[in-house]
Amino acid sequence: MTDQEPEQFNFDFHRASAQIVGASDELTIKIGDFAGPLDLLLFLIRQERADIFDIPIARITEKYLEYIRIMKKLDISVAADFLVMASTLIEIKSRMLLPRDPMAAEDEEIDDPRQELVDRLLEYEKFKTAAGMLYERSAIEQAVFTRGPIESDESNAEIDASVFDLLTVFQKIMARHVDEIKMEIHREEISLADMIKEMRRRILEQGELSLLSVFEEMRSKRELVTAFIAVLEIVRTEGVRLFQNTTFGDVILRKV
Amino acid sequence: MSESEEKATRSPAEIMAIVEALIFVADEPVTAKLLAEVIEEDRQTVQAAIEELKNEYDAREGGLQIREIAGGWQLSTRTQFHEEVRKFLKTRPSARLSLASLETLAVIAYKQPVTVPEILEIRGVQSASAIKTLLDKRLIVAKGRKETVGRPMQYGTSKDFLIQFGLNDLTELPSIEDFEDLVS
Repeated sequence: MTDQEPEQFNFDFHRASAQIVGASDELTIKIGDFAGPLDLLLFLIRQERADIFDIPIARITEKYLEYIRIMKKLDISVAADFLVMASTLIEIKSRMLLPRDPMAAEDEEIDDPRQELVDRLLEYEKFKTAAGMLYERSAIEQAVFTRGPIESDESNAEIDASVFDLLTVFQKIMARHVDEIKMEIHREEISLADMIKEMRRRILEQGELSLLSVFEEMRSKRELVTAFIAVLEIVRTEGVRLFQNTTFGDVILRKV
Repeated sequence: MSESEEKATRSPAEIMAIVEALIFVADEPVTAKLLAEVIEEDRQTVQAAIEELKNEYDAREGGLQIREIAGGWQLSTRTQFHEEVRKFLKTRPSARLSLASLETLAVIAYKQPVTVPEILEIRGVQSASAIKTLLDKRLIVAKGRKETVGRPMQYGTSKDFLIQFGLNDLTELPSIEDFEDLVS
């Protein structure tokens, strides 16, 4: 591929469309950006200086297939649409090879198998030309400049706020703060001393205490931390030891 | 001061001046109808004022022009000074559409409202990425679904399309049959 640029980059409409440059034997081939199978077909017809109303279908089909082979050789993924066209061409070619019905009357109109393709090519070419026209128009339009945007309430959202907008925002913030305060009131503060006292009482009463169940009772991160420190403290100062029945299992606080 | 009094005091020259000011500040092409509403003058008066203004600009051969585009009026620089303007703004021409996108746009512009299968029929190739590009660039818009099997989405060109391609309306596009003559 000669044109490595991604789809949206600048290109020259007339230069970029359809190029296969190269001698027939050496595969020094420059593959342009064909917009589709019809585009390629039109290019081949023109290259062969063939009449679009009398397409030498065998020759064009051969060229077309050669092009697809080259694309494959160059590891360019061949779009399915190109293959559909290849099969259409082969079908037309084979239909043209069939002998005429000898029983048909001399003057009977024969349907040209190429007709549908010719119609499609002509229709396509109109739009390809129209695309070229749009290209020219946009090029001209790019040479025209309008004034840059003026700051207005609409274009500048930053100043587009009334006192009421400010009040609304302020109320929202206040409402959020009330929630936060509520949460804080909700949180029961328990001191380390109280926690130690409570745990000691339970160990004395029950003889042992599951650490897992103690931690599960805690309602906040803060209580958890306090409980953890309390456990450490109890183990350090009291006649209490930690036991574990299984690896990674529950830890039991037991009076010794 | 009542409205009628205010109206009576405006001379054609004054209206022209006001119209000029409004077209200057407008962010996009502005219609004579909207201008008339804003300044509370009748539409014919405003239309005449704009046209007179346009003639003045043209006669002056200055750096600016007043153009009718996308159904409205716009003040812009003249094309011949694009190099200088670009140099001053330090901008480069923006990215062009690819061949596939331009073709797809051409089909949509001439056949609208048109569905994806109909575009495929004409181009002979899938146009999904081109359609996405055109939608992203707001050159085309969805125009409802076609009441047929599968109810496919239909597409048409947008106002941005008219602006970016310097068209006042779709009738300004050359007829697709004219291209037929060029082809053969």
